[in-house]
Amino acid sequence: MRHRSWVSVLLLLTAATACSSGGATSQDGKTELTIATFNEFGYEELLKEYEAAHPDVKLTQRKTGQGAPHHQNLFTKLGAGSGLADIEAVEEGYLSQVMDKAGQFNDLAEIGPKIEDGRWLKWKTDAATKDGKQIGYGTDIGPLAMCYRKDLFEKAGLPSDPQAVKALFATWDSYFAAGDQFIAKSGGVAWFDSASQVFNAMHNQHELGYFDKSDKLVVDSNPAIKADWTAVTNAVAKGQSAKLVAWSNEWNSGFKAGAFATKTCPSWMLGVIEAQAGPENKGKWAVTDAFPNGGGNWGGSYLTVPKQSKNAKKAAEVAAWLTAPEQQIKAFKAKGTFPSQVKALDDPALLEQVNAYFGDVKAGALFAAQAKKVGAAQYKGPKDGQVQENVFSPALQSVEQGKSADEGWKTAVAEAQKVAK
Amino acid sequence: MTAVLTRPDRERVHQPRSRPPRHRLSALDNKVSPYLFVAPFFVLFGAVGLFPLLYTAYVSLFDWELGADETTFVGLDNYRTLFTDSQFWNALFNTFSIFLLSSVPQVIVAVVLAALLSANLRARTAWRMGVLLPYVASLVALTIIFGNLFGPQFGLVNSVLTTLGIPPVDWQANTFGSHVAIASMVNWRWTGYNALIVLAAMLAIPREVHEAATVDGAGALRRFFSITLPMLKPTLIFVIVTSTIGGLQIFTEPKLYDPAGGSGGGAEHQYQTVVLYMYQSAFQQLDLGYASSIAWTLFLIVIAVAGLNFWLTRRAVR
Repeated sequence: MRHRSWVSVLLLLTAATACSSGGATSQDGKTELTIATFNEFGYEELLKEYEAAHPDVKLTQRKTGQGAPHHQNLFTKLGAGSGLADIEAVEEGYLSQVMDKAGQFNDLAEIGPKIEDGRWLKWKTDAATKDGKQIGYGTDIGPLAMCYRKDLFEKAGLPSDPQAVKALFATWDSYFAAGDQFIAKSGGVAWFDSASQVFNAMHNQHELGYFDKSDKLVVDSNPAIKADWTAVTNAVAKGQSAKLVAWSNEWNSGFKAGAFATKTCPSWMLGVIEAQAGPENKGKWAVTDAFPNGGGNWGGSYLTVPKQSKNAKKAAEVAAWLTAPEQQIKAFKAKGTFPSQVKALDDPALLEQVNAYFGDVKAGALFAAQAKKVGAAQYKGPKDGQVQENVFSPALQSVEQGKSADEGWKTAVAEAQKVAK
Repeated sequence: MTAVLTRPDRERVHQPRSRPPRHRLSALDNKVSPYLFVAPFFVLFGAVGLFPLLYTAYVSLFDWELGADETTFVGLDNYRTLFTDSQFWNALFNTFSIFLLSSVPQVIVAVVLAALLSANLRARTAWRMGVLLPYVASLVALTIIFGNLFGPQFGLVNSVLTTLGIPPVDWQANTFGSHVAIASMVNWRWTGYNALIVLAAMLAIPREVHEAATVDGAGALRRFFSITLPMLKPTLIFVIVTSTIGGLQIFTEPKLYDPAGGSGGGAEHQYQTVVLYMYQSAFQQLDLGYASSIAWTLFLIVIAVAGLNFWLTRRAVR
C-alpha cells in the first residue's frame, strides 16, 4: 500500500491550501453549507427562506448546467477524498454508481432529523436504500406517460382522442401492433424516435434488471431482457424506428420535421418537446395517462450528504427540509420539477397545472396518476447505468444502423461482461 | 554558457582558505545562482511534464479504480490485456486511418497553398491572413457545426448528395464515411496554419537560386520540384512531425462527433480513437490503471511514428 501514502501526501497538500477558504464556520459564527445541484432544482428562493428562518446557517448553491459534468465531478472528488459540497444532488441514472460507494455517504436515517413515515413514494425511497441505510432524500421524479402526434394518428386512421388511444398503449404488444398499423399508412413517418428510448422504458419495468441481487451480471440469463430485445429489434426491422439518437441535433430536427409519432414521455419531456417541436407544431402533440404494461419512471434526483462534509448533521437537516412536500411544491411552481412526495402529489397547485402546448391537458394530475402506477423499484447493480448507456444503447443503435439483431445481442452480452468485470 | 560560468568558479576555489565570510557568500552565489536561474523551467517541467509521465507508468501497473478503497499491484497485466483487446486494435486502426486521411492531403494542400500565396497577388496580406481564419475558430463550435453538416438524416452534405443523384452516406454508421467526416474537420482547421509555416520558409529561399535556374531554362514546375521543395525540407519535417503528434492524439473531434454524447466513438466504435478509448476507460469505466497503460502505449507509438516520419522525410526530400 505504499502508493496510498503518495496520494495522501498530495491530498494533504491540496487540503492544506483548500482548507484556508473552505472552513466549516465563517468568522461571524455562522455555519457555512454548500449544496451542489445541476440543471434547475428550483431551490433559489427556498435557500433564502431557510437562511431567514435559521440565522446561524449560511447556504451557498453550486450550480452546474448539465448532469454529466456534475456527476463526473462528484465521482472524481469522491475518489480524491475532498472537495465535495455538503449536500450533493444525485440523478437517478447515476444512483447505482453512488449506491456502489454507499460507504462514502452518510446514512440519513441515522444522522438526519426524524422524518414522518411515508413522505416519499415507496419505490423512490427504496431505490436509494441499501442494507437498511438511506443514502438520499428524494427530490423529484419523472413518471412516464405516452406522448403522441394527434394529427399523424388521424392521418394513419388510428384513434387520436386521449381516451381512445389508451387501448393502443395498454401493453407493449399492443403498442408494437399499433406501430405496424401506423407505418403501413404513414408514408415514411416512424412510430418511435429510437430503439433505446423504448427498450430502456421496457427494461425498467422488470423487477430484476442487468444484475441480480448479489450484483452478478445476468444479461444472458435474464429472459426478460432477451424478450425486450427481440420485441424492439423486430419493430426496428419493420421500420418502426426513426433511428434518431436521443439528445442529438438530428433528434431535435426529428421533432420539428415530425419524423415519428410517439414518444415515451416522462413529465419533464413535455418541456423538451415544446422547445424542440416549436410553436409551428402547437396542438399537434398530445399526452395520455397510459403507459404500456403499467407505469414507469425516468429521471428525478436525490439529495445526499457525503461523509466528506464537516457539518453532516446540519446538512442533513437542510436536505430534509428542502425535500419536504411543502418545499418541493414551491420548487415545482418555480421550475416544474415533479415532486416525489406523496402529499405533494395531492396538492391543488399540482393537480390544477395545465399545459397549453399539449391542448390544455391537466398535466399535473395526469402525471400524478402515472406516478402512483409505478411498481417496485428495480434492483440496480453497481454498473447498471454504464450497461444501459454504454452497452445496450449503442448495441441497439448498431442494429438500427443495419447490424443483425442476433449479432447485436452477442456484442451487447460480450461488452456488458467487459464493463461489469 | 556553462563553460563561461564555471571557469571563474574554479579559480576561486583554489584560493587560500582564510577569507572573510563575505567572499564565501559571493562564491556560493556564483555557484548556486545559475541553477536558481534555470530552476523555474526544470521545476515546472518536473511538476507538469516528468512527474505525470512517470506516475502514469506507475499507475499502469495497478488495478486502480477511480474512487476505490484499495488498489492492487498487477504488474504488466494491463498491458497483456491491452494487446489482446480487439477494441484497442480497432481504436489504433481508426486513429491511423483518420491520421492518414487528414495529414496527407493537409500537407500537400498546404504546400500548394503556400506556393499560390507566395505569388504576386493583389491584397497579399489579406489572403495570407484569410487562410488562417479557420484556425482562429473555436474547435468545439467547429466540431458541432461539422457534426450537423454530416448528420445522416437531416445533414446538409447528404441533402447535397441527394440532389446530385448520389445515394446519401450514413456518416455515423459507415466506418470510412465517419473517418472522412472527422478528417475534414482536422483539414479545415489546420491546412491554413501549415500553409503559413511553409510560406514563411518558402519566402526565405534566396531569389538568386531561382534566378540562376531561370537563366538555365528551368520552368516553374521544374524550379518548384528541384529548388523549392528540397529547400523546404526542414520546415516540412517540422510540419509533418507536429501533425503526426497531433493526429495520433486526436480526441475532441471524435468525442463531439458522437451524437449520443458518449465516449464510445459510434455505436460500434466506428470512429473511436486511441485517446478516446483511453478517456472512456478512465472516466467512464473509471479504470485508471488500464487507461494509464493505454496512455503509455500511445506515447511509445507516437514517438516511433514521429521518428519514422522524420527519417522518411529526410530521405525522401533531398
